[in-house]
Amino acid sequence: MSQAAEILIAASLAVGGVFGLVGSYGLIKLPNLVMRLHAPTKATTLGVGGVLIASMLHSWFALGRFSVHELLITMFLFLTAPVTAHFIAKAHIHRRLSARDLPAPQVDRGWATLERPEDGSPDGDPGEKAEGAQPGGGN
Amino acid sequence: MRLIRALFPHPTLSLLLTAVWVAMANTFTINSLVLGAMLGVAIPIFTRAYWPDRPRLRSPLRVAEYAAVVLWDIVMANIAVARLVLFRRNADLRPAWIAVPLDLRHPEAITALAGTITMTPGTVSCDVSSEGRALLVHCLHAPDPDAVRDEIKQRYERRLMEIFE
Repeated sequence: MSQAAEILIAASLAVGGVFGLVGSYGLIKLPNLVMRLHAPTKATTLGVGGVLIASMLHSWFALGRFSVHELLITMFLFLTAPVTAHFIAKAHIHRRLSARDLPAPQVDRGWATLERPEDGSPDGDPGEKAEGAQPGGGN
Repeated sequence: MRLIRALFPHPTLSLLLTAVWVAMANTFTINSLVLGAMLGVAIPIFTRAYWPDRPRLRSPLRVAEYAAVVLWDIVMANIAVARLVLFRRNADLRPAWIAVPLDLRHPEAITALAGTITMTPGTVSCDVSSEGRALLVHCLHAPDPDAVRDEIKQRYERRLMEIFE
């Protein structure tokens, strides 16, 4: 393996490590849950990305074969990381926040996580009850 | 023709599954290609009930362009957010919730947009509105929330509109 390849691999590892460290530091430093949620999305993108690039370069230069496992790991991470972040955020909204803490969506009735059946969704119970009560009231 | 459609309800997914299987084996052999092709035929047939009216991808070239833009933005935004975390006191950060009204209608396209927003650091998509016509996004540091909203719409949603509808 040439000197240049070694330097390149070491540099990618260092970049990955630095961003992983910054992501973890952000997890400690930032003050609340939604802000801390930003830290792991960084660690999984450039942090893991740097290590994966180093791994690809290593198998190319040192082992002499092209490895695509790293591309698969990137793809799976990109598919799964937003889902976990989304679930954590939804759980937080569900348990700790109300509609007053969030901006109004403007176009619809409200945010999906905060919506309850009794809040007047068109196919919910209250509408049916109101319609059922009307003829009774007329009589 | 109908037989081909029945056998390959989702040709793109078939190709993708085959490619992923061959990549998992990490060496290109006829064995892994045949097994991957079998999975690529079988899985779309068994899962076709779960994607009733999937949108059509307009052009693969646009998908490649979108991927390149997003990758570039991820790198740039990582550096920006790392600087925020390291050099700015918590008291100086201006976190903000933003409501992003959506022009996209396909659930698949909205999922792609929400995933993109989360993967570009500094923004996390947190919720969708009751009818799926707006996204709730949290920003780590947004002195000007309207600018962030416009950038999401301009940069990502416009491209996804071209890809999906």
